[in-house]
Amino acid sequence: MMPMLTTPLAVTAYTATSALGHGLTAQLDALAHGRSGLRPNDIGSAPLACWIGRVEGVETTALPPALADWDCRNNRLAWLGLQQDGFIEKIQIARARYGAARIALLLGTSTASIGATEEAYRRLDADGGLPDDMLRPAIHTPHSLSAFVAAALELTGPCLTVSTACSSSAKVFASAARMIRLGLVDAAVVGGVDTLCDSVLFGFNALELVSTAPCRPFDVARDGISIGEAAGFALLERSGMAADAPQLLGYGEASDAHHMSTPHPEGLGAELALRDALARAGLEAAQVDYINLHGTASRKNDEVEAALVNRSFPVTTRASSTKGYTGHTLGAAGIVEAVVALLAIEHGLVPGNLGGESPDPDCGASFAWRNERQRIDVALSNSFGFGGNNACLAFARAGFGA
Amino acid sequence: MSTLRVWVEGVGLWSPQLADFAALGSVLGGGVPTPPPARPAAARLPPNERRRAPESVLLAVEVADQAVTMSTRDAATLACVFASSHGDQPITDYMCATLAQAPAELSPIRFHNSVHNAAVGYWTMASGCHAPSTAVAAQRASFGAGLLEAASQVLAERCAVLLVCSDTAGSGPLREVTGCAQVFGCALVLAPAAAPSSIAALDLQLLAEHADTPLPEPLAGWRHGNPSATSLALLASLSQGSGRCRLAASGTLGLQIDVRHVEREFAA
Repeated sequence: MMPMLTTPLAVTAYTATSALGHGLTAQLDALAHGRSGLRPNDIGSAPLACWIGRVEGVETTALPPALADWDCRNNRLAWLGLQQDGFIEKIQIARARYGAARIALLLGTSTASIGATEEAYRRLDADGGLPDDMLRPAIHTPHSLSAFVAAALELTGPCLTVSTACSSSAKVFASAARMIRLGLVDAAVVGGVDTLCDSVLFGFNALELVSTAPCRPFDVARDGISIGEAAGFALLERSGMAADAPQLLGYGEASDAHHMSTPHPEGLGAELALRDALARAGLEAAQVDYINLHGTASRKNDEVEAALVNRSFPVTTRASSTKGYTGHTLGAAGIVEAVVALLAIEHGLVPGNLGGESPDPDCGASFAWRNERQRIDVALSNSFGFGGNNACLAFARAGFGA
Repeated sequence: MSTLRVWVEGVGLWSPQLADFAALGSVLGGGVPTPPPARPAAARLPPNERRRAPESVLLAVEVADQAVTMSTRDAATLACVFASSHGDQPITDYMCATLAQAPAELSPIRFHNSVHNAAVGYWTMASGCHAPSTAVAAQRASFGAGLLEAASQVLAERCAVLLVCSDTAGSGPLREVTGCAQVFGCALVLAPAAAPSSIAALDLQLLAEHADTPLPEPLAGWRHGNPSATSLALLASLSQGSGRCRLAASGTLGLQIDVRHVEREFAA
């Protein structure tokens, strides 16, 4: 079935916090100067030789006393992320305008606060139960992040966690667009948070997907991912509310139906999601100025995604992965890279594909290996997850297509 | 607020007491249906996958298959919304226990099966489905929030959607905090318009408060023992033909559902 043309939404606020720093200025500065946030692994309960994208200051972030029951690394990072770029103040204004029940809260995460459950298991009581201070049911569940942020932002509208591994916080944009279109809500806070924890470090390591070096997306010698953590949020409203805000033009979602942890060899689901996004946005591929790739630096993902770029876009569409800057922030990757796409539009910056020192010959001329300065009207962001879950988002500058 | 109207074309249900949706009708009529075998059949999975699959996947695939079969739709064409409050608790228990003792020994298969979208991933593989698929959670409100997500896809995209909501029982120390004592899964095939395969119309309305519709025993006990069984308020209304029920759609919102039975125009 042909997707319907989607009415654009205004992205009236956005922010990200990653290994590059807290807030938009820190992200932009690192991208503009080609500075990676990766460092040797210094987290986790046991040593593991790899590089990570760790956010500074999470440990010293304190939740307000009223929210103390939610305390864990993931919710601290969420709280830290909410403090940046005046995001909370912008939500307060939206709440006053629409009412708390007319704003949806839709967040993506792959593991939520499982780090807290891991900690509880490391120090079980003598009787084998969770220690008393960890008997907090609300943090030992995938909905922990969204329920915490709903409390922190005092939002009472529809509230849902999307957990489709590494496409999670891209797919929330699609859910939000549908709810706004149907009039269920007037606005939506979308985003996602994932934090470094043993589950993902040792889990991806068990799958032999983790590099011992800083990840090298699309490099001929790439040998795996670097795991990162991040928080990011955006506020979506009807376009009429803010003519000067960048726009979400469309979204695409599709399933590989191929394998749990390996992409479809021809990138079938990724291509369906891309075409879905372009169709909803009413775009031709040649109108896309920049595409932020999923580009994890796993052998297979990058091979499949490079082929998709080569066959789908002219060389005027510039393409890069920014995982070499932030690491793969898993369930937060969708929002972090949506923010990169929005920054690219706002500042006319194509971030170079950091880590691709020896470009894979499979990569065509669209790949931007170094930073490029040019006007960007339309930017896409790709996000693919385990289970063959694919999403693509299309953003445009204010006034595009008007 | 506007009412969302969606059409039900199929219903799936599995618990240790209920082999399918018809068994619920039997219980509501005072009967004691024959319980299903201990493991959900999950016949849609290829035999090798079925052998290896964790219970969470078998359960979700079983109820999905029941609902899709009743709808007579081609599973490959259905967008999927799979909801679960806790995901695969035995795998979470295994991972946390292993990470606490010998992290380097973590099983790669169990890790990739630990993602919240594992069940929907296996379902799309087994049914050759390239349509959008998602996996969601909303604590005790996962069914209502999943239904809202599914209904908004049905109406905004004008497409049929398979909704699954399932949770297995907790295990290990984790069970103390999830409070999930028994297995329960259900599924609905929802469509944007009436069709010969329609069995009911649902009118959904968001409410500013949430109150669960009272249920008779043993349904009330089942609902207490598994968050996915909050769906029983709606499933009972569907089984009885028509009626109004309420269930949680989030921590703060309720969903009021008016169910209107429609006669099927053909035998499924």
